[in-house]
Amino acid sequence: MIVITGAFKTDFEIYTKPLSLPAVWSFDNFRKLFVESNITKPFMNSVIVSVFSVAITLLFASLAAYSISRLMTLTGKILFLLFSLGLAIPGQVNIIPIFRLFVDLNLNNSLVGLILVNIALTLPISIFILSAFFKDLPKEMFECAGMDGAGQFRIYRSIALPLSMPALGATAIFLFVICWNDLLYPLMLITEADKKTLPLVLIDYKGEYFASYSMQFAAILVASLPMVVMYLFMQRTFQAGLTAGAIKG
Amino acid sequence: MALPAFLIYASLYLYPALSNLLYATQKWDGITTPEFTGLRNITYLLTEDDLFRKALGNNLRFMLVVVIFQTAFALIFATFLLKNSKTNIFLRIVFFFPTILSSVSVGIIWTFLYDPNYGSITAFLKSIGLGAYAPLWLGNESITLYSIALTQVWFHTGQMIVIYVAGLQQIPKELYEAAEVDGASRWQQFKGITWPMALPTTAVVVAYTTIQTFKAFDLIFAMTGGGPSYASEILVTQIYNTAFVSQKFGYASAQSVVLVVLVLFITWLQRKTLRISDGTK
Repeated sequence: MIVITGAFKTDFEIYTKPLSLPAVWSFDNFRKLFVESNITKPFMNSVIVSVFSVAITLLFASLAAYSISRLMTLTGKILFLLFSLGLAIPGQVNIIPIFRLFVDLNLNNSLVGLILVNIALTLPISIFILSAFFKDLPKEMFECAGMDGAGQFRIYRSIALPLSMPALGATAIFLFVICWNDLLYPLMLITEADKKTLPLVLIDYKGEYFASYSMQFAAILVASLPMVVMYLFMQRTFQAGLTAGAIKG
Repeated sequence: MALPAFLIYASLYLYPALSNLLYATQKWDGITTPEFTGLRNITYLLTEDDLFRKALGNNLRFMLVVVIFQTAFALIFATFLLKNSKTNIFLRIVFFFPTILSSVSVGIIWTFLYDPNYGSITAFLKSIGLGAYAPLWLGNESITLYSIALTQVWFHTGQMIVIYVAGLQQIPKELYEAAEVDGASRWQQFKGITWPMALPTTAVVVAYTTIQTFKAFDLIFAMTGGGPSYASEILVTQIYNTAFVSQKFGYASAQSVVLVVLVLFITWLQRKTLRISDGTK
């Protein structure tokens, strides 16, 4: 509440009456954000990075999870073990090697680089959630399709995927929140102003407008708006998605 | 079909994790050619580095405080919000809300709440006549870490409440009805039924919260950057600072290696103890 009302207030008002409604609903802070600070650019960068990261992760993770859970061979088991390793090791410990690798490959200061990192970081947990889900689907359905001559890819596309829409949706939300909010990797990899994502510019604003909480609140509001709107419409999917990672893990 | 996933994962997760081991034996400033120094980084880190020990201690204290309070609050709230009534569902939605925000946003909001001049917490203490006791929440070395821990608990308790509610709803209602018939009080019911039956869920909540505390980099970076005088420095913030502020990349890799070992050890320890108390093994 403080943030929502604060964004429309003057700093003086926030300090004296933090909980009251603003005397005048002022859009001054938003005008400053969009015109002077050009928050549209980082906003779009965040959209691009999050959407592509989530879409590609889901595609690759569902393919991998499908083959791991359906074709339970030795390879499948070894793969699963390797991916589980990624659950045990927090991704943060990889910042130095990723940084060195990306400087060598010229992938720093690139949204593509950021997307690649996001995919690698979120694959293990996505595969974990999705393969648990695939395992619960009735086996007979796949066997029938197999007997009718459908190839593995066909079965994946026309049976496994449509059936797993709820799980995919929950995982998508889970991943989207992670990608949208991540600070560490962008902080390390992105230095050029026009490649920055929202959490990075929020940190910049904290320095730039350190004396103006109303500006910072307005920026937070802009940065959180997509999440909040999505949350209002899909609380259940959010709650399912953001806890699935924990329950399955 | 698992190939695309495996290629990305192997090259951008497994390979970097392994190369950390190599980098940990080097001295590198980010510009010149890396120089091989053997185990010097590791030995210095483990025997002489007071700052690292401080960050390690902070990390463990932060972890303990957050795990204990977050789990306790989540369990207490969950027992009250268990029934799927309209109010309870609404309250769960409200408590869950912070989870969707970014750590940076949460950090900025709480920096304001903790602000010694304008912050709402200090203002509240002043209004009830305790203004003189209001400390510098983020500026006082001895309490900064706990102030951030409080924020972390506020940030993620809602998520744990939802996990607990899902777990507690699995407990058969008949158990409570039988206890009711026997005249057990609410506390006895909690001690005799809820707590033991919820142990598997508690194990999940504790494990997840622990991992979250190791990932608290974003929040701490947004609130204090690890200060004042390293009072809120945890391992990941220190690794970041060692590499990107002090330009000691090899040394930061060595710190990362120690962090991996520590996380794996704690995970192993938790699985072992929680499984034993769970009675399944």
